[in-house]
Amino acid sequence: MRHTDNRLRPSRLSAGALAAGAGAVVVAAILGLALGPVSLNPLGVAIEVVNLLPGVDIPSGLSTQEAAIVTQLRLPRVVLGLIVGAMLALAGACYQGVFRNPLTDPYLLGVAAGAGLGATVAVALGLSGSGTGPGGLVPAFAFAGALLGVFLAYGLGSVGARVRTPTTLLLAGVAVAAFLTALQTYVLQRNVETIREVYTFILGSLVTTGWAEVRLALPYALLAAIVVLAHRRELDVFSVGDEEASSLGLHPERSRVILLVAASLGTAAAVSVAGLIAFVGIIVPHVIRLIAGTSYRIILPLSLLFGGAFLVVSDLLARTVLAPSELPIGVVTAFLGAPFFVLVLRTAERVGL
Amino acid sequence: MTTVHRSTDPAPTGAAGPASAAQPAGAGPGSPAGPTERAGRAEPAVEVRDVRVSLGGVPILHGVDLSVAAGEWVTIIGPNGAGKSTLLRAIGGLVPFTGQIRLHGVPLARLSRRVRARLVATVPQNPEVPPGMRVLDYALLGRTPYIRTLGRESATDIAVVERVLDRLDLLPFANRPLETLSGGERQRAFLARALAQGARPGQTDGAGQILLLDEPTSALDIGHQQEVLDLVDELRGAERLTVISTMHDLSVAGEYADRLVLLSRGRGVASGTPDEVLTEETLSAHYGARVRVTRGEYGPLVIPVRTRPRSRPTAVP
Repeated sequence: MRHTDNRLRPSRLSAGALAAGAGAVVVAAILGLALGPVSLNPLGVAIEVVNLLPGVDIPSGLSTQEAAIVTQLRLPRVVLGLIVGAMLALAGACYQGVFRNPLTDPYLLGVAAGAGLGATVAVALGLSGSGTGPGGLVPAFAFAGALLGVFLAYGLGSVGARVRTPTTLLLAGVAVAAFLTALQTYVLQRNVETIREVYTFILGSLVTTGWAEVRLALPYALLAAIVVLAHRRELDVFSVGDEEASSLGLHPERSRVILLVAASLGTAAAVSVAGLIAFVGIIVPHVIRLIAGTSYRIILPLSLLFGGAFLVVSDLLARTVLAPSELPIGVVTAFLGAPFFVLVLRTAERVGL
Repeated sequence: MTTVHRSTDPAPTGAAGPASAAQPAGAGPGSPAGPTERAGRAEPAVEVRDVRVSLGGVPILHGVDLSVAAGEWVTIIGPNGAGKSTLLRAIGGLVPFTGQIRLHGVPLARLSRRVRARLVATVPQNPEVPPGMRVLDYALLGRTPYIRTLGRESATDIAVVERVLDRLDLLPFANRPLETLSGGERQRAFLARALAQGARPGQTDGAGQILLLDEPTSALDIGHQQEVLDLVDELRGAERLTVISTMHDLSVAGEYADRLVLLSRGRGVASGTPDEVLTEETLSAHYGARVRVTRGEYGPLVIPVRTRPRSRPTAVP
């Protein structure tokens, strides 16, 4: 009954899991860069990306035109997919930990409804620019709307209630979302001609115009990722509830504000450039939880990596399956994600929900 | 009103000191009398004075006094809704209160959350069981007050937890998810996290840890109740713990505690040794219960006695 020689190891992210996540990102990125209306040699594509580093110039075997397709057309889109997917999955995992509720996703606290309203208003005001996808001032309006939604939800949930609990916050989020959605519906009804464009935004899309979208989203995404990842152990402590976390020396209310603001900021940035891509924030963390473990030290970094990879692959399908026309990416994420999720649910030994 | 406080440590043999001569916790101002009979550490581990708590606007505690010496085991008894759990939560710093609570002489409000968490650990009545969390990771949560805000466990933290798990015979379960453990094993895991919270390796002096146990046995069968309480008593001696618990089973409460405090409707109404508190009159007055109290080897045994006659089923027409 003395300890056997297997040493005690706390749950941590294993090197193997990290490598798998990084591998998934690389493979997804190369596929996303190589495949499309013009399919290119994946090796050449990888070399072209490496060539972007200063001082590196390896012959890739691609023509100048092909190299331009990779680095100027597809690379911004793939990078944006990585950022948006990583952000949505990470924020989803963070929300689930903070609220200790497996059904929460990063759109809950009014982010989605706010972004939808912002985008609708921008389109209705004729600020969407020209072209197929939403452009112009739509991202800026969506971002502002998303932040408005979060702050309304947080303000109502914490000021209005005598006892601040995660549940009051969630309910306030639901109320704010309903209110903002009503406003959005009203604006839509008054401007019926905008429905098509708004609908495109709501289904999500990774259409890029150069690096503008990446530049817009990246700073917030980075900040959110750093803050959330730094709190990965605290999220594990959260799993015993506010009162016990408090008796363990944590300040749950304060940590919750920090985490929610960070995750919401990242989500708002992702939504403003890519629209409301469904399902990533809820499915990716759960699949990881079921397969790799329930500690947030495992879930958060892997959500970041696999979320990005998943979205890039989804986008690849969205733009190739019905080429030359594009499927809305939200359709693909749900179409792929839902059956896969059920499969994992049925086969996983772990019951971690 | 003076408080003569027994402050010599109870015998660390595991037997609950039957002859504990502690007096009611009427908590007079500790300083003015300053009698020289206080040997050893004079400062009580926990001092509660005129503590009032309201939850959601409803007053729960109406001025409670309590003084617990280092190394003592005091059990709070009382009918449902008397405020037992609330008192524990106040001592643990988990609900706002008015009045004064001191831990080893330091006002609770002056302790930072982390320092407080090192000093006092709470095992709630129904602790959360995080899905999928292994026993080892669960016990390591107890090291939270020692880990820098964004840091992770050190080798020392892991060594401390290994020792605690070994102490509680939990090493074979270390890699099992907490939810797969039986009730008794789970209660030991809850204790392990609480003990990990107080363990400061290399530091032999200083204030011992205060353990707050809210109904530690309510989910257990009688065999496991005794096992867990014997374990707590053993740890109290070995790890220099001060224990404050709440309990419903009065016989068991009296067998293990040095002193009992009876709360009723938010006030302390009786306090003293189990023999002093567990009397038929007192229990009838505050619980509205008819009981018979007999002498047991480790304190009075309280037996509920039915008063109303058994009803007979009426004949079928």
